[in-house]
Amino acid sequence: MTSKHREISIAEFFEKNKHILGYSNPSKALITCVREAVDNSLDACEEAGILPDILVKITKAGDNVFRIVVEDNGPGIEREHIPRVFGKLLYGSRFHAIKQSRGQQGIGISSAVLYAQITTGKPAIVVSKMEGGKAYRFEIMIDTKKNEPEIVREEETEWFSPHGTRIELEVRGSYVKERKQSVYEYLKETSVVNPHARITFITPDGEIHEFKRITSEPPEPPREIKPHPHGIEIGPLLAMLKTTKARDLRNFLKSEFVRIGDRISDEIILKSGLDAKADPRSLTREDAEKLLNAFRLTDLLPPPVDCLSPIGDRLIMKSLMEEYSPEFVYAVTRKPRVYSGHPFLVEAGVAYGGEIKEDKVTLLRFANKIPLLYQQSGCALTQAVVSVNWKNYGLQQSKNELPVAPAVILVHVASTNVPYVSESKEAVAGIPEIIEEIRLALQECGRRLKEYVERKKTIQKRKKKEEELLKIIPLLAEKISQVVEKEPIDHEKVIARIMGKIYVTRHVRNGKAIIEICNFSNSRKRFRIYEMCDGGINGERIAKWDVEVEPKETLKIEYEFRGRHVNSRPLVEGVDNEFVSGAEVVRFGIGAESTESTA
Amino acid sequence: MELEQKALKALLSIAESIYSQLKEGRIPEIEISSRTKYNIEFDEESEVWVYGDRTSTRSAKTLKGAYMLLRMAYVMGFLKDQLRINKSSTLRELYYISENWGLAKFDEQSDSDRLIEDLEILTAFQREHFHIRPEEDGATVVGPIKIREETRRGVREIHCQDDVGEGGYQIPVNVDRLEFVEHDAKFVIAIETGGMRDRLIENGFDEQFDAIIVHLKGQPARSTRRLLKRINTELGLPVVVFTDGDPWSYRIYASVAYGSIKSAHLSEYLATPSAMFVGIRPSDIVKYKLPADKLSEQDIRALNAILTDPRFDTDFWKSEVKLQLELGKKSEQQALAKYGLDYVTDVYLPERLSELGVIKS
Repeated sequence: MTSKHREISIAEFFEKNKHILGYSNPSKALITCVREAVDNSLDACEEAGILPDILVKITKAGDNVFRIVVEDNGPGIEREHIPRVFGKLLYGSRFHAIKQSRGQQGIGISSAVLYAQITTGKPAIVVSKMEGGKAYRFEIMIDTKKNEPEIVREEETEWFSPHGTRIELEVRGSYVKERKQSVYEYLKETSVVNPHARITFITPDGEIHEFKRITSEPPEPPREIKPHPHGIEIGPLLAMLKTTKARDLRNFLKSEFVRIGDRISDEIILKSGLDAKADPRSLTREDAEKLLNAFRLTDLLPPPVDCLSPIGDRLIMKSLMEEYSPEFVYAVTRKPRVYSGHPFLVEAGVAYGGEIKEDKVTLLRFANKIPLLYQQSGCALTQAVVSVNWKNYGLQQSKNELPVAPAVILVHVASTNVPYVSESKEAVAGIPEIIEEIRLALQECGRRLKEYVERKKTIQKRKKKEEELLKIIPLLAEKISQVVEKEPIDHEKVIARIMGKIYVTRHVRNGKAIIEICNFSNSRKRFRIYEMCDGGINGERIAKWDVEVEPKETLKIEYEFRGRHVNSRPLVEGVDNEFVSGAEVVRFGIGAESTESTA
Repeated sequence: MELEQKALKALLSIAESIYSQLKEGRIPEIEISSRTKYNIEFDEESEVWVYGDRTSTRSAKTLKGAYMLLRMAYVMGFLKDQLRINKSSTLRELYYISENWGLAKFDEQSDSDRLIEDLEILTAFQREHFHIRPEEDGATVVGPIKIREETRRGVREIHCQDDVGEGGYQIPVNVDRLEFVEHDAKFVIAIETGGMRDRLIENGFDEQFDAIIVHLKGQPARSTRRLLKRINTELGLPVVVFTDGDPWSYRIYASVAYGSIKSAHLSEYLATPSAMFVGIRPSDIVKYKLPADKLSEQDIRALNAILTDPRFDTDFWKSEVKLQLELGKKSEQQALAKYGLDYVTDVYLPERLSELGVIKS
């Protein structure tokens, strides 16, 4: 059993694992390079509490060769770290950091550097500057035998930006437009779940797309928490045992995990059969297995869940509104939950109608604020959406398919450990707790959508009916007077009655006028009526009455006047135009006492 | 002419009522007998089925009602003008005239036909009084009867055997203008299908049995039903109805004998309560072992509807319809040809007619 391990070169490793790293084909490779850089930028800004301003520029550098530039206004990277961040795979391994983050393997950006190096032989050009410091420019390649950065060139440089990082890569790839899987779509979806970011994208054709920042509040950065015993696996546990500062097993458990205090640590040690005083570094793999088993047998409080950083229902709605201009939008942020010792949280949003014309639902999947562009059908988020009975909410749907509607459905899962189906992080595995949470979130969105659509339908129907009646009744009145050969009818009162409005008329006879007010609505109405005569009414030029009319009630105001009315119809104030007929709606704002009150 | 003036007055009173409702600022509405099978009653005196007390209200509150009132106003205006200049038009012409009425235009002729029926019910006059007539529907008569008809080209006397071709005498729209001059007939047989009518004529049934053969042409037109009624009451001849053996045919018989649901307001004028049903009866399918087809879904629904139709609330119909539902079969008149072309005239009809007491065996 002696070590027959051959050091495999990092290039070989990459070649063998291209598919899981996201470089399986030229168009995907291009997206992955952009994505690794942008994810890094967003994470860096988030940690530093900076509102991200990211520029992505892709230019054609040759046949199937593209130059990618990603520039951010992040905090910048310390000079000595720059080569390793970009030139060493698995550098800065965040294995122990239990928190919600975009990259989870630390292989990210260096894999893009390696891909560039393998396909075009060109080094990555990195410029970075920290606040108040100098800007440094590096040309970096990766020594694929040693997995160490090789600095081709290093120099101080001038950069107008107060702080930030810029990376330039030349890669073999292919650029696709207007497809679900494209750089454009990736950036658009990224912008949806990062409403605090401004992303500018310059395409190879020179088009400029700007994804606006729609909130100036940076998200609460996710908090780091210690691992929960129920969520830990053997590999990380071994690593923790090797690197801990604790002197003995008891202290190791208490200091390196959440939810373990004196009592629980004793209980675990008892169940594991290990020695509480043992040096953690001396524990073998078998010991670690015993420890894991003891974890499993011990009841523990779930991990704290306040470490997650949701997008927030309000911002999801705002984002969807901004990107898709729908007529309806709704979003839900569920409370955090736990699966197998890992806190997670689900958010869902629905945008419907408006500018969304396509009748096929567009599904946006996100994990820790990263858009998932591939493997839609094999993803638990899709399964959850499909498993909801959208017919209940008034949408068409065939069994096991996405609903058919002009709509966008968004699902976001945030977790300290998103359970991906595979290393390529393209699809989420079907964890029942997560699927159930997604379903609950979508069902709430569905209910709201249904309410909206139904309300809209009733309003439309009523409006259409009103419009038609408005045409028919006058025609009927006209024709019927013609048939009976009598004077034309004023049909306004009939329409007011049908429409449930307030109807006001004035009858004049021998210097006396009667105003008749009929309330055909379903509620009590209070408003003010004005009349004006050149010879005065009850001694005043303008007469006012405050009236209150109950539903179905008819009120009469009688008054004497001299001269002629200045206003052809009575004036009313305090009711909307659409609720009145037979009178002119005005807005005088005269606060004076009314001449006479009628009840 | 006086009748027309009264009809016009009745029409205008409807218009007046709508006018005054509008004038008073009320939502106009009219009340009309509801025309369903649940609202027909047997009138003991006339022995026909007429509308009961149930009414439905057509109000401008609803779009449907508003359209109906608008169309009614236009139709009344049109009828008024038509009566004034003493012209007439057909139901189909009325439908086409409405093309110029904008929103008041009818979508289908059945809608305008129905509105005319509504006006008949509301005014208790008939469409002829408004100078509205149906199309000639071509129903025919063959038999030993002489009819005097006032045609547009003068008075004609026509013997329905001697003066007509094999097609027979065509029943005109206005049957009330006919006069029965003389006859040697013993009964009238009304037949649903053209094929069976031709068979009877080819076999000389009318001559052999002194029968007046009337072709119903499916659901009979008012003129056909009016003619049957007149022959029955004025000449005292029994009327028998011979149809296929399916629910649709029973309805044809019902509209001849009891009056139709759609025009129950005219039952007294159109229905022949003493008309007898010859067949094909469901029990004939068994008795004569007739070739039969399976009942369709619609047939079964129609048969079940007949079971709740007050006009068919007799022991005969109840047992026959139930038998048919059990059999799950229906037969056509012409199924009798199974036993030869002469079987219907030599065996089936003589047997059935003597059972009904129409001929002596």
